[in-house]
This record gives sequence, structure tokens and C-alpha cells, in this order.
Amino acid sequence: MKNKLYNETIYRVLIIVIAIFSALFVGAILLLIAKTNPLKAYYVMFTEPLSGKFGLTEILVRAAPLMLVGLGIAIAFRSGIINIGGEGQILIGAIFGTFIALTFPNLPPYILLPFVFIASFIGGAIWGGIAGWMKAYLSVNEILSTIMLNYIAFQVYMYLIRGPMIDPKEVSYGTGVPQTALLSKNAWLVRIIPASRLHAGIIVAVILAILVYIFLWKTTIGYKLRAAGAEAKAAKYIGVNVKNYLVLAMLLSGGFAGMAGAIEVCGVHHRGLESISAGYGFSGIVVALFGGLHPLGIIPASAIFGLLIVGADMMQRSVTVPASIILAIQGLIILAIVSSQIFFSNIALKEKIMIKLKLMKQGDKDDS
Amino acid sequence: MSEIIRKLEMRKITKKFPGVLACNNIDIHLKSGEILALLGENGAGKTTLMNVLFGLYQPEHGDIFINDKKVIINSPSTAFKYGIGMVHQHFMLVPNLTVVENVALGLIGKRILKLNLSEVRDKILEVSKLYGLSVNPDAYIWQLSVGEQQRVELIKVLCLGANLLILDEPTAALTPQETDELIILLKKMAENDRSIIFISHKLNEVKAVSNRVCVLRTGSLVYEGKTKEHSVSALAEKMAGREISMPTLKQKSKGTTPILEIDNVFAKGSKGTMALDGFSLTVNKGEIVGIAGVSGNGQKELADVINGIGHIESGKILLNSEEITNRSPQKIINKGIGYIPEDRIHEGTIPSFSVKENIIMKDYNKPPLSKNLFLQNKIIEDYSLELIKNFDIRCPNNKTSCGSLSGGNVQKVILARELSRKPEMLIASYPIRGLDIGAAEYVHEQLLEARSENIGILLISEELDELLDICDRIAVIYEGKILDILDRDIATKSKLGLLMAGIKDEKQVI
Repeated sequence: MKNKLYNETIYRVLIIVIAIFSALFVGAILLLIAKTNPLKAYYVMFTEPLSGKFGLTEILVRAAPLMLVGLGIAIAFRSGIINIGGEGQILIGAIFGTFIALTFPNLPPYILLPFVFIASFIGGAIWGGIAGWMKAYLSVNEILSTIMLNYIAFQVYMYLIRGPMIDPKEVSYGTGVPQTALLSKNAWLVRIIPASRLHAGIIVAVILAILVYIFLWKTTIGYKLRAAGAEAKAAKYIGVNVKNYLVLAMLLSGGFAGMAGAIEVCGVHHRGLESISAGYGFSGIVVALFGGLHPLGIIPASAIFGLLIVGADMMQRSVTVPASIILAIQGLIILAIVSSQIFFSNIALKEKIMIKLKLMKQGDKDDS
Repeated sequence: MSEIIRKLEMRKITKKFPGVLACNNIDIHLKSGEILALLGENGAGKTTLMNVLFGLYQPEHGDIFINDKKVIINSPSTAFKYGIGMVHQHFMLVPNLTVVENVALGLIGKRILKLNLSEVRDKILEVSKLYGLSVNPDAYIWQLSVGEQQRVELIKVLCLGANLLILDEPTAALTPQETDELIILLKKMAENDRSIIFISHKLNEVKAVSNRVCVLRTGSLVYEGKTKEHSVSALAEKMAGREISMPTLKQKSKGTTPILEIDNVFAKGSKGTMALDGFSLTVNKGEIVGIAGVSGNGQKELADVINGIGHIESGKILLNSEEITNRSPQKIINKGIGYIPEDRIHEGTIPSFSVKENIIMKDYNKPPLSKNLFLQNKIIEDYSLELIKNFDIRCPNNKTSCGSLSGGNVQKVILARELSRKPEMLIASYPIRGLDIGAAEYVHEQLLEARSENIGILLISEELDELLDICDRIAVIYEGKILDILDRDIATKSKLGLLMAGIKDEKQVI
């Protein structure tokens, strides 16, 4: 039995490695077109981030928001909702948190930070909740509504950081960069490794991942949420108000994305600025799927994704590859990983390959 | 057109799934013009074996020979090439295409660019004339009844040139008349030198249609021989591996205390019309009351409104003289009504959840299974193991997903959950539909056991045998109301049959 688990793991790793390699192969063609040596570029991408304090801490800096968004997406998925609106929920969360931090700059950190996070959670939850409510009571497809809400959130956010919430200095200097004022130090997350950007947000994210696991699998509310997502008809049969649980799932999902906004504001930038999200709302979906929609799988998944992002950044700098190719390669890797899921979900296919790879014997009789 | 299959042999077929040996060294053979019945309980390996033959699964061991030549069938299209066609239990038709278009779909693979619908239509008419399969080629699938859809499936396989047909539980969704027509049709096909493999666990049909029978039990071939040499009960015994006797009620209930009272209830169905149209009925403690009727006469709505899932427009429902009209499902569950729903896969259970999680579906939020919102895993674990043991639920372990269990075992999970809660009243909708005879026997035993514990039971069913076996009284529902209620000592199949057709003239019932 143990042997079987071991073989399963080998299979899993193998498939993902092959997926990444095939993506890199296609990426290599792009790099060649851009007259870059793909081997050198990839070498930088995968070894540099892991070879020093800077790279390693940066990976975790990226992993923190990804983990939170991924958790939110997983909650929604488990409840049968596909939340594409992470991006908008991050922005609304970020602006709620920023507002609180700017309004109460003198509160001590141990009061202000939780306050900021709660505000961000509420902001994201409202934004997610709108889509949840529309799905439950107006039968609006959540994919459409969350995408549209992303646009609205972005414009609202931009309006606020360009107008009412713009840094007064930007106005007085006449530079007009759209960003809010710097937060007071009381709202900064502590740096946990000196001389790096790595902040306490990663610890918050890991703790929240464990809490989400406990919530979904160990509490009655989590049970109802998963039941409503897995089989709405059966959930109704046992007396679960499925509509309310749809809304709850979206509130939580949005709330977690909102907290990712707070992490970026309080941990990295210390203010609200235009590119606060860096696409985490979308990458978070891949992180969630990659992590098997399980909180404890999302923890490593977000780190791996952090590596991809940081590695691509470093490759861009040291091999001078155009940024657009980096984005394309990231996209390719995501596509390859998502496509490779079929090798896990299609049992017959999996069995065939495992037999070919001699990870499983024909007519195996070990497990009865 | 492929060569006629004069002789098919499957030799030493072994197919394994994680945790189960679905087919263990099975040999079967078949000649043209023969109808072979593949008999076995749910999970005996019938469907798996046929999926191997149809190229959907690859066996671990074993070979297939057609006309003494070894063949490798690794996909349904290869199977078609050899002349093997399969009609699945669930039809594979596109509802908003016409019959012609559906048949053409199967042919498209052969001629990619040229799709000549009138040619397909001619072919359909030719086939339907040959076998007397009447069907309108231009009708849309959604307009057809289940029986007609099945005919389309048959025509489709025949048009594709199949001369060996595999039918997986073809009668599961058919009415008795449609079943009789199908049997005649299959015999006609056999006379035309086609060979047929008929998968079923309905013994009467097997007896009526087949020449030979192969009985599978837990993945192995346990018996093979001529159908006519065995009686129905002998076949049942071979299938279950033990003697089977459907339990019947010995003594009429003495219960006179009403437990469930339904008074002049009106409720809308999914089409917006009154599906319950002044429905009244009383069930006493320790009594099984049957609801007979052709499905679609308000049975689904009746079960739903009692359990709070459907909405009542007017009327009252009382449990133990306490009004439960339009209460939430949660409240009604707490009041002590158990419900075995018609759709046991999607309503009665959550297929992706484990057996353990399905067992606690109605009690997860009550102590001792949960405390202050937290599930008590240790207690849940013990409780689920106890129920799995007491109700003989066959599963690899309590973490197996319910969706991977056979129908009989899924029903046992539901029974275990509903009966262990000690309800005062139980609604059972079609509790043995689709179950094999051994599982059906078990379900009836449990219902009778519940009755002897003074639980009131409302049994909704279309199968008159089932109702006559275990009901104290049988009420016939017709167009949303009770047409008549017959005591068990005067109820007969013919009386019930007439009432189910809406005829309540005493003179016609002799």
C-alpha cells in the first residue's frame, strides 16, 4: 500500500515535470525568435531564485497573496462556484484596508493591522458577495458577473487613488502619480528577514490556510458548504438553504482575495498604488487548481507559482528578454499545468500510463 | 459492412479496478442468431465485461475472438468496425436533433465531408421496415417517449451495421408494454441472424427473451446454460448465491393511531399545473400504506411537500397531530420524518462525499456528532463503522466515495441513515427501483422491521408486486388525488391496474 502511494507521487511529479517541460519547449521557440539562448534563460529562471536569500524571500513574498486568493477560489470551487473575480476583490479589499490605515494612522499596530485586514476582508466579501447574491437569487452566471465586476472594481479603484484618496504630496508636487499617501508605520507588516521584503504576511497566509482546512472539513458550516457545492439537490434534501450558502461561499471567497489586497498594501507597498495586484486574482485560480482545491495543497502550490514569477523576473533582467515573452512563457506554463489535470482525473488514462511506466503491474492484486 | 459475426468468444477476461476485481477470468461465447442473457446482481461485473467487449475498457488478461480470429478492440469505433454495437443504459442521443440527424452523427466518422441526410433517412426506413421498428425519422428526440428513444438507439446501431448487439439493462426505464414490444423485436432480430447480449437482472425478462444465460457473481462466471432449463427462482438463487424469498406481510396492522395526516392538499408541479389536486390520506402508526400509480401523477410532489422541499398552496399536513405544512426541510427532519428519495444518487446521497459523510448527512449538526459547530471525528468514525456493519454496506472502507458504490449499497447507506435516526414516519419513494433481487429483499425486510417498530410508512411505487407484498393498504393516485384505497386482503393486480388507469367503475372490476 505504501509502495502504491510512492508510485502515485512519482506519477504526479512526472506528469507535472513533463507539462512544464513541454511549455518550456514552446517557450524556447519564442526565445529563439527573440534571439536569446533558451538554455541560458531557463537556467537563470529556475536556479537563480533558489540560489540566494533575495530569490528565496521574493518567492515567499509572491506566495503570500497567491495563497490567500487561492484559498478563496478553493472555497468558491468547493461550493460549486467559479470565481474569476479575484482581481476585483483584491482591489476593493486593498482600498478598504488602505482607507482604514490612513484614517487611523496612530492606532498601535496590534490593533490597526487586524482592523485593516478585517476591513479588506469586508471589502472583498462585498465584491464577491454581489456576484454570489446575483447567482443565487437572479441566476446570473458567476463567470460573467465576476469578470464584469473586475472592470468596475478597477475603475472605482483608479478613481479613488487618482482623485479623493490621492497622496496630497503628488498633488502639491504636481506629479500626479496615482497612488495613496504612505501608510503610517503602524500599518506595516513586520519584515521577518532583515534586508529583504519578506514580511509576516506569509505566516498569516499559512495560518489562514490551516484555518480554511479546519473550517471546510471539520465544521458543520464547512460540511454544508461543501454539500451545497457537490450536490445542490441533496443539500436541499437535508435542509441546507443552498442559496444562502452560495452567497456565503462568495463572501468568504471574496474576503480572502480582499485580504490578499491588504497583504500587498501593508506588507509590500505600504500604500495603495495602481499595480497593486500584479494579476494575483487570475494566477490564484491556477494556484487553487494546482493545489487540488485543498488548502493544504495550496500552500506548496503558491510557493511553486512564486518561483515561476520570480524566476521569470530574474530571467528578464539578467538575460535581457523582453517582458512580453516572459508573460507568454508564464501563460504557457499555466496552460500546460491546467491541461495536465486530465492525466489525474481520467482514471483509465492514468492507469494506462502507469502500466507503461511500470509504476503499476498489469492485473495488480495488491489492494483488496 | 463488416463480416457477419458467426461466433464470438471472450476468453479468460480479467479486468481490475482499484480495490475491486470486476471481471475474474470470464469465458463467454455466442453464436449468430442467439440471445445470451448476462445475469447478475449490481456490481457483478456485467457492464464491465461488456465495456471490455465494446472497447471502452482494456482487460488486464484475456482475448476476444471473432469467427475464431483473435481481435483487439481498443475503442468503440473498432468495435463498430467488427460489427459490435452497444445500447447503453442511459441513451446517447442529442435531444434537440432529429432522429435522422442522430443516426447521421454515428455515420459522420465514416464520411467526413459528404453528409447525405436523405440517404440516412432511407437507411432508417429500410431498417425500421425490416424489424417493424416504427419511428418517425424527422421527429426530434425530445418529442419521443423513453420507449421510442430506445428504438432510435437500436436503429442507430443497426444502421451502423452492427450484427452483434449489446443491450445494457434495456428495460430499466420502459413501461411493461414497451418491454413486451422490445422482447418481440429482439427475437425478430435474432431470427435475422443477429446475435444479442442482453444484460439484466430482471428474471422474467431474461426468461422470456434469451436462449442461453450466463450468471455472474462478484466478477466470476458462476453458471452458464440454457435458459429454459431453469425456473425464475432457480436463476435468482444462482445470481444471489443463496435462496431468495421476497418477504411479505403476514399480519394486518392493528395500528389505529394516525401518525401522518394529509388533508386536502393542493400543490403545483414543475410545469405550473396542480400536481396535487386535493390530496387526502392518513397513515397510521405501524402501518405501510402504498401509493400506486403511473409515475407523473403527483407522486414526486407528494413526497416533496411532506418533506418540506415542495410548497403547498392550500391544505394541511399533520404529523402526530402537529401541523408541519410548509415547514422547512430541516424542521421536518427534526420532527421525525425519514425520507428515502426517488433519486438516490443525486438527492439521497452526495456521490463525491465519502460513505462516512453520507451517513451523517442528516445528523451532522446534532450532538454527539458535532459540538459547537465542530464535527466530532472520532464519534462520527465509530458511528459510521457501526452502521456499515449493521446494514451490511459493502464498501472498501468508510472513506470510499458513495458514487463508486453499487445502487444496492447506495440504498443501504440511505436506509442506514434514515432508519438509525429512529423516525416516526418514513416516506419511501421507489425504494427498490433498479436494485437487484437480493438488495430488494433486504430493503423490504428493513421496511417491515421498521413497521414492526411502530413506524408509519408511506411507500410510493409503480411495481404492483412490491405493493402487494408489503403494504397494509394501497392507495391509488391518479391526477393528483387518491382515486381509491384498497385493503391488502381485497387488493389485486387487476383492480389496481384499472384504478391506475383512472377507471373507478365498480362494474368494470370483477
